Formats: sequence, structure tokens, C-alpha cells
Amino acid sequence: MRAVIGIIGLCLVIALALPLGLMLGKSVQGPKDEFVGLANYVRYFSTPALFQSIGNSLWVSILSTVITVPSAFFYAYALTRSRMPLRGLFKTVALVPILVPSLLPGLALVYLFGNQGLLKGALLGHSIYGPIGIVMAEVFTTFPHALLIILAALALADARLYEAATALRASRPRIFWTVTLPGARYGLISATFVVFTTVITDFGAPKVIGGQYNVLATDVYKQVVGQQNFQMGAVVSVILLLPAIFAFLVDRAVRRRQVALLSARAVPYQPSPQRPFDLAMLAYCVLIGAGILSIVAVSQFAALVKFFPYNLSLTWAHYDFDQKGGGGWASYYNSIRLALSTGVVGTVVVFVGAYLTEKARGFALGRGLFHFLAMLPMAVPGLVLGLAYIFFFNAPANPLNVLYRTMTILVINTIVHFYTVGHLTALTALRQMDPEFETVSASLKQPFYRTFWRVTVPVCLPSTLDIAIYMFVNAMTTVSGVVFIYGPKTELASISVLNMDDTGEIASAAAMAMMIFYTNAGARGLHLLLARWLERRTQAWRRR
Amino acid sequence: MTTRSVPYLRIRNLTKKFGAFTALDHISLEIAEGEFVCFLGPSGCGKTTLLRAIAGLDIQTSGGIEQGGRDISALPPTKRDFGIVFQSYALFPNLTAAKNVAYGLENTRAKRADVAKRVRELLDMIGLGEHGGKYPAQLSGGQQQRVALARALATSPGLLLLDEPLSALDAKVRVRLRHEIKQLQRRLGVTTIMVTHDQEEALTMADRIVVMNHGAIEQIGPPLEIYREPASPFVADFIGLMNFVAGTVVHDGVVRLGRVELACEADGLAAGTEVTLAIRPEDIVVQDAPGPGSEPNSLRARVDALAFLGSFFRADLAGDALEGVLLRADLPVDLVRRLGIAEKSTLSVRLPRERIRIYPGSTVHR
Repeated sequence: MRAVIGIIGLCLVIALALPLGLMLGKSVQGPKDEFVGLANYVRYFSTPALFQSIGNSLWVSILSTVITVPSAFFYAYALTRSRMPLRGLFKTVALVPILVPSLLPGLALVYLFGNQGLLKGALLGHSIYGPIGIVMAEVFTTFPHALLIILAALALADARLYEAATALRASRPRIFWTVTLPGARYGLISATFVVFTTVITDFGAPKVIGGQYNVLATDVYKQVVGQQNFQMGAVVSVILLLPAIFAFLVDRAVRRRQVALLSARAVPYQPSPQRPFDLAMLAYCVLIGAGILSIVAVSQFAALVKFFPYNLSLTWAHYDFDQKGGGGWASYYNSIRLALSTGVVGTVVVFVGAYLTEKARGFALGRGLFHFLAMLPMAVPGLVLGLAYIFFFNAPANPLNVLYRTMTILVINTIVHFYTVGHLTALTALRQMDPEFETVSASLKQPFYRTFWRVTVPVCLPSTLDIAIYMFVNAMTTVSGVVFIYGPKTELASISVLNMDDTGEIASAAAMAMMIFYTNAGARGLHLLLARWLERRTQAWRRR
Repeated sequence: MTTRSVPYLRIRNLTKKFGAFTALDHISLEIAEGEFVCFLGPSGCGKTTLLRAIAGLDIQTSGGIEQGGRDISALPPTKRDFGIVFQSYALFPNLTAAKNVAYGLENTRAKRADVAKRVRELLDMIGLGEHGGKYPAQLSGGQQQRVALARALATSPGLLLLDEPLSALDAKVRVRLRHEIKQLQRRLGVTTIMVTHDQEEALTMADRIVVMNHGAIEQIGPPLEIYREPASPFVADFIGLMNFVAGTVVHDGVVRLGRVELACEADGLAAGTEVTLAIRPEDIVVQDAPGPGSEPNSLRARVDALAFLGSFFRADLAGDALEGVLLRADLPVDLVRRLGIAEKSTLSVRLPRERIRIYPGSTVHR
């Protein structure tokens, strides 16, 4: 068992710790790899064009957070505390942004509010290219993430608290302020930090719709791809890493406290119908849901017409990707390959790793280190990880540089990038199993791998599927992690969207982004069917 | 059963430390083949740690364990010979009862038909012959625990370890299963160690009880001995109910309690030594004909409170002679009815000489 922990741990060291360390080193080196101390940082902070981005990044991140978290909270409130109709449908609609790359809302906003946009007038003369566009796109992208966290927090509600409050004749607003909100406070804090981190590290939206408004993420890209200034790219990456790590640590501390809130004897809350309130909540959800769907619908519509919005005759021309600036249809198939490989390999690695950290006996130091490495990716923005990969895998001295620009390195990068959530999902599933299974097996003289195969894997199958679909969807949509390390033969669909947008073929970019959406939606549907089938076939024991 | 000449399990000077905390402090213990031994004590006393050390799950810091003449001190659990049952049952949820029982039999060289036969035997043995095809979630708690027991016994281990096996069950099921496990153990003659914090469980099931506290053994002995002659105030207090009162030695064999002098087995203590007297509530005898209090170890007492507890009454006794000390006495229902005892009644009670335990030191427990 220790050997396997060691091997997976070593992989994480090679694919995560070493590249990151190398990148930190680069930020204090000159162009010829000589040590220059903090000279790069001094140069960064004495160049207004560069350090202004810090303020810009903070501004759009705070603004997006302030908009997203309350709107997601009320959406979640409507879903859990009202009896409005179609709650399931509204939840599904709100989760749609997870399935699309963060480039897509940018493209749709260009169509809606751009120089030739339908609703340009609504901006009262302001340009969509800049903070306004970035914030709108980020709210779209981060909404489902905030929603899921807050939904989980609100789902913990104990009906007895509501009954007690009602028995004490508290009014509805008073119950809201004294029961609902305090109960969800950790979820709200957690959502705040997740949204903030996602926005400040996001690259897709500012790239597409940021215009001349520089933020940290686009600066990293410009320094590396535009100016080939790797040292400065490393400096910006380190600066980008700081808020992400800070948010990550706060979030961890908050989540740890949330557990104590749950008591096993809590009674789930069932709201009772209240017509005016339910209708108000329904109206709110319709508004938000329509906003989300219109972004997706505009993208699809624009991809199908000759020249939105002036020539609305239908055409497939924009789908002729091979004639466009991106990687053509090949990039789409590359994405599928990446997503499938990541889904399969990633799930196996993540699950086995989590199993060993949770179930191995002794070897506490090794397991602790492994757990730390597994949690680290959450705090590392994709761009930073990608840049670190350039430094590590492109170094001529590194025997692993044969991997550079191959599909393998994209798979490795994507697994590492999304490792943490999978790891946590697997841990949660494993912790629900009786800790004595391994002991019993040992007393029955059975090797641990037999119990793993006959009991652990079957029992955790639903969670394993969740990890797989999570890996698949993110591999399809990710841009930031892979934008530095793809090669001419391994261009991905999401990168194609980026490149076609760069060459002005926005309709094709939207078409490709929608291909990603349909693929992910299909995968989700398949996942749902598979999960249901498996539950019937192999999870009979769950029924009483 | 009590031939101690060749112990099956011998634990020598076992110490287990978790950092600065000593969970087991130089434990030495011998268990004979076929014996049913209970480790009894409050939570945190080290009983589970001792069990896990015997199983090889938490390897001791120092000391040794021998099983059947073999030194197993450093062996991992897979190399030891034991079956184990947990409070949580730890049944594999995705395997049927029969598959659970068969788990340790498969993967050996046994033929498939032989395995099936053995599983059937075991299921019949625990009275679940018809339920082999059910999943654990479809069985009641008591049934699940029986399946766990059958699974542990399937490989015919030399040693059966039970870690609070009954604690998660309803009171009535618990009592029935107690009896069943004991019967099964006697029939199979398997050496068994059970960890429990339930004194009643230990008293009814064990051949010998090992009372533990703070990582050390307080007393080892058969249930009756543990109950009748607790070696320390801790044991006396932990098992059953006990009155503790402060007293002073008058001379050899006589102790003063309040204004009364009581004859008791207190030899070798100097006059004037402060001691603690202990007597069980059910050992206090109410005398039918209230004499003048001249009988040995008698005193007059007033019933301060009387509580009906179903099969008996519990009385709080006070009196001038007791000087403010309260004695709890358990009185048979029939006696209370016959003598018309009620609150405020005055009684003549006797504290039998052979039922009084004397512990040095005046620190009255509780």
C-alpha cells in the first residue's frame, strides 16, 4: 500500500510540486536563468501598465462576487424555501454555465452588446469591451458554482428551528434573518471566496471581452505568448497565486466549521405553499433562467445565421471549422480524446489515491503529505499551472520533455488541475464506509486489494461516476490550464474557440463553443442514464 | 476451563502510548483456552486499545503477546488467528448475508461446494438459514450482528474478539443476543474476549471479568467475586450500586460509622485510621421485629424517601445514629407491603458483617 501511495505521490510531485517550484524560481531569475533576486518584482511594480492590472483584477472580481453571491443566494432560496413549480427545471437551467467554456458568455455578450449588438443602447454609451463585459460574463460563469454551494448550505436546514421560530410567533422576515441566513452563513462565505477566486483567475472572459482592460490573467498570457517574457509571466503568476491561496485557506477553515453545524437528529425542512411568495420567487427564477438561456441561445443562433443580426438566413458555413483560424474539427476530436482519457485515468488515479490516504494504516507523514498535494491544485490557477508546465517540461535537461506538446501532457495537466474536487468527492464517499471493513478483512486473512475490489469499488461506484463526469466536463471546457502547452497536433476545441475569436471568426467560435456545450450536455445525460442503470443493476443492496 | 497451567493467550507487560498519553500501562494477563473473558471499564480506560493490540491493529509500544504458544507480538493482523465482531457490525453492504459469511472462506483452497455447505451450516447455526440471500440493509440490527458473528466464526479462528458487539442494539434484543452468543461460545469452545462498558453484560456472559481503569487492570476475577468482593472503590462503584461512607477504625474488626460501631472484616488497620465503608443497597437487611438496636451491626433509621422501581423499592435511610449520612437500601416489594413501610417510617436495619467492605482512606467516593 505504501508503495502505491509513494508512486501516486511521486506523480503529483512531478506533475505539480516540481513545476510550481520551478516557476517560483523563474520569477527571481533573469533571461539567462541567472539569479536576480527581486529585480523582476521591482520592475513589475515600477511599470504602471503592469501593476494597474492588480487593481483591475480586484475590481472586477469584487464586483462579480457582489453580484453573483446574492443573486445565487436568492435563487437557491427560491429552490429550497418556496413551493414554486418547476424547481427541478430551474435548477438544471442554472447549472448550464458549467457545461460551457468561459469564453462563450463573452462571445454572446459581443453579439448582444457589441458595436453591432442588438441591445447596445442598453449600455448607455458604455462599451461592453472592458469591465462591464467581464463582470457580466463572470456572473454567468460563476453563478452555478455559487448556487451549488449555497444550495448545499440551505439544504442543511433543520425543520425544528423553523417550527420553534413559528411557535414563538416570529414573522417571515424575522425567521429569514434569525434562522435562514445564519444557517447558511458558512455556505455564503464559502461561495464568496469560490466566486472571487474563479473570477480573479479566469482567463476566458477577459480574453474575449476585456478589450484594452488588462487583468492579471490576461497579463500572464500576454507576457508569455505575446512577448515571450517568461520571467515576467512568472512574476504575474506568483501575484495571481496569492489571492487564490488566501481564498483557498479561508474556504478550508470555513468548511471545517460547517461540519459541526450538522446534527444527526435534524429534521429536514419542508416549506409550505404560500401563493404570493411562491409567485415572486418564480418570477425571479424566470428572470435569471431566461438570462442564462438567452446567452446560450444567442450563441447558437449566431452560429447558425449568415451574419447576426443583419442577415438572419440560416447557414452551416460557420461549422466549416477546417477553413477557419482554429484547429478545425480535429481540435474537437482532440477535446473528446482528452476528456475521455482524463475521465477514465483521472478517476482511477484520484480514487485509488483517496482510498490509500483514507484507509492505509500508519505512514502518517506520507499520507499527510499526499493529502496536501491533493488539495494544492484547488489553489493553483490553471494559467499558473500551465506556465509552470512550460518551465518544467520544456526544459531540455528534463527527460520528460518528450511529453511536451503531446496529448499525454494535456491529460496529466488536466487531471492535476481538477484533482482536488475529485479527491474530496472520493474521500466523502470513502468516509461513509465503515472504517472496520479493512480490519474484518484482515482478520479473515483477505488481502486489502480483494476488499477494495469486492466492496469499496462497488459501494463507491456512484461517486466514482460523479468524479468521471466532473473530469470529463472540465476537460472539455478548460482553456487556462492548457493554453500554454497544447501543440499543433493537440489543439483543443476550447483553444479553437479562443483562436477563432482572435482571428475575428466569432460565429465559428460560438459554433465550436456550442459543440462543447452539446457534448457536455450529452455526457451529462449519459451519466444520468448510466447512474440510474447501475443503481438498478448493482446497487440493489441500497434498497431496504 | 480454568486450568491455568497452559494459558492460550498470554499478555506480558503490555504498554501502549499515543504520544504523551499512556493508553495501556504494563498490562499482564493470561487467558485459558475456551475461556470467555470480558474487558470491562468506562470509556477511555484502554479496553478497546488492549483488544486492538491483541488483534494487531494497534501495535503495542512495549511488551509481548503469545497466542497458543506462538509469539505474535510483531505480527500484522493478517498473520494472526482471530475473528472479530464490531459494534457497527461492519457487514459489507453490497454483499448478501451468505456472501458476507463466505467472505473469509472464498479465495482459500476450499472447494466451492464445501464453502456453500459451511455457509449454510453457519447461517443455520445463527438461526438465519432462510435469510442468506438478503442484503444487510434488509436485516434487523440483531440479525446483522448475528451475521457478523457467523462471518467471524466461519474460518474457525482460535480466538474470537467482540468489540462492544451489543451496544448498538435495542435493550430486549441485546438481552436475547447476550444469551445466544454465550451459548454459541460454550458450544464451540472458542476462546473469546469481549470488550464492553455494560457491567450487566459482563456479569451475565463472562467466565472472568477484567476490570480496567486508566489503562491499568483494577481487578480480575469471576463475576460473582468481582461483584461481592470488589478490590477497590473504583470496581465497587463501577459495578452495581454501592453505598460509600466515611468511618474510623476503633480496633481490629470494628469500625465506627456516625455513632454506631460496626463489626467488619478490617484486619491489620491501626485504631484511628480513617477508612471508607462500602455496602450494596440490597445487602442492607430490614429486621421484621424492630428490636432495641442491640443486635450486632443494627441501627435505627428513618425512611427519607421511597422510590418504587418495579421489582423493588429503593429507600434513602437517614437517622440520628448516622449523623447526616444517607444510606440507600433496596427493599423487596413484599417486605415493604408486609411491614407497611412508607416515607417517614422508622426501621431497624442491619448491615451484615460479611457484606461490609472496608477500603483504606477517607475519601468518600462520589
